[in-house]
Amino acid sequence: MLRHALGKTFRFLGYTVQYGCIAHCAFEYLGGIVVCSGPSMEPTIQNSDIVFSENLSRHFYCIRKGDIVIVKSPNDPKSNICKRVIGLEGDKVCTSNPSDFLKSHSYVPKGHVWLEGDNLRNSTDSRCYGPVPYGLIRGRICLKIWPLNDFGFLDQKMLDKYLSLASEQFVICPFPFNAVA
Amino acid sequence: MAQAQGLGKRYIKAFFKGFFVAVPVTVTFLDRVACVARVEGASMQPSLNPGGRQASDVVLLNHWSIRNYDVQRGDIVSLVNSLYISRSPRNPEQKIIKRVIALEGDIIKTIGYKKKYVKVPHGHIWVEGDHHGHSFDSNAFGPVSLGLLHARATHILWPPQRWQKLEPMLPPERKPLRREQE
Repeated sequence: MLRHALGKTFRFLGYTVQYGCIAHCAFEYLGGIVVCSGPSMEPTIQNSDIVFSENLSRHFYCIRKGDIVIVKSPNDPKSNICKRVIGLEGDKVCTSNPSDFLKSHSYVPKGHVWLEGDNLRNSTDSRCYGPVPYGLIRGRICLKIWPLNDFGFLDQKMLDKYLSLASEQFVICPFPFNAVA
Repeated sequence: MAQAQGLGKRYIKAFFKGFFVAVPVTVTFLDRVACVARVEGASMQPSLNPGGRQASDVVLLNHWSIRNYDVQRGDIVSLVNSLYISRSPRNPEQKIIKRVIALEGDIIKTIGYKKKYVKVPHGHIWVEGDHHGHSFDSNAFGPVSLGLLHARATHILWPPQRWQKLEPMLPPERKPLRREQE
């Protein structure tokens, strides 16, 4: 009786370990579902939206300008933040506020990216904590799942939003903000 | 003939079953628990690689012990090297192995950094190689975000005459000027 129960327990543990490992490999190397909270990416991603992020781009170094990425927070490694990539290494980015009279620019160092939220007024991003190392990027958001009325791939939405943002920036910032990809 | 085919099918089935168990478990183990790595370079001499290129040390990297980002001053850790080097498929992510000198909130005196005294920001650490002057470390690129922490090097596994447990050892001249937690 005891041997039967012990055998069953070990089999159960074995399956748990096996499926846990498969889940880890899937999240780490393929992608996963993410719940976003916070107002910093409005209107592209609202509070409590559910999105799908794919992790292949990070491993193949295909993160492009204009992508929305999930990144480990530079100041708190246990939490993740969701922002848009505004500049890759070597790009010139505007580091001053739109309301400042004198604009300041800097170049994104090698191995780093410059992140900004779409909701510029209510977003702590690279304008506060500086360029973020590429190694902190977890994945790229490609698909919005919930709410259902806003279901869809973010690629086209991203490009439209990015183009409208870039043109706004161009008006406020006299120097060319960065080349639109 | 039919029996041989049945046997072949069974082998294929057993192979795939084994494959789908062994590969995820191994990959998860190497990512989350521990892995082994060869140390290259002279930046951690004399603690690691005292023999130079002829005899590279092989260390055990422990991921499990840093799952909560719990490091002490003096630990030897490996970090994802995303710093000041272009990432590309030809130039994949390498890990750098250095010693933790200061934790968040500490104020330390730097060696050759752009600022003479640095207060390590929240969520960051300051790492240095033991071989000052031959080390690409925080004195070059500044404080490192804890999110880039990869593993802690706990033991030297090879060569056998250098088998040892790596203890956290902070050189006394590199102690922080003011610690956050006393």
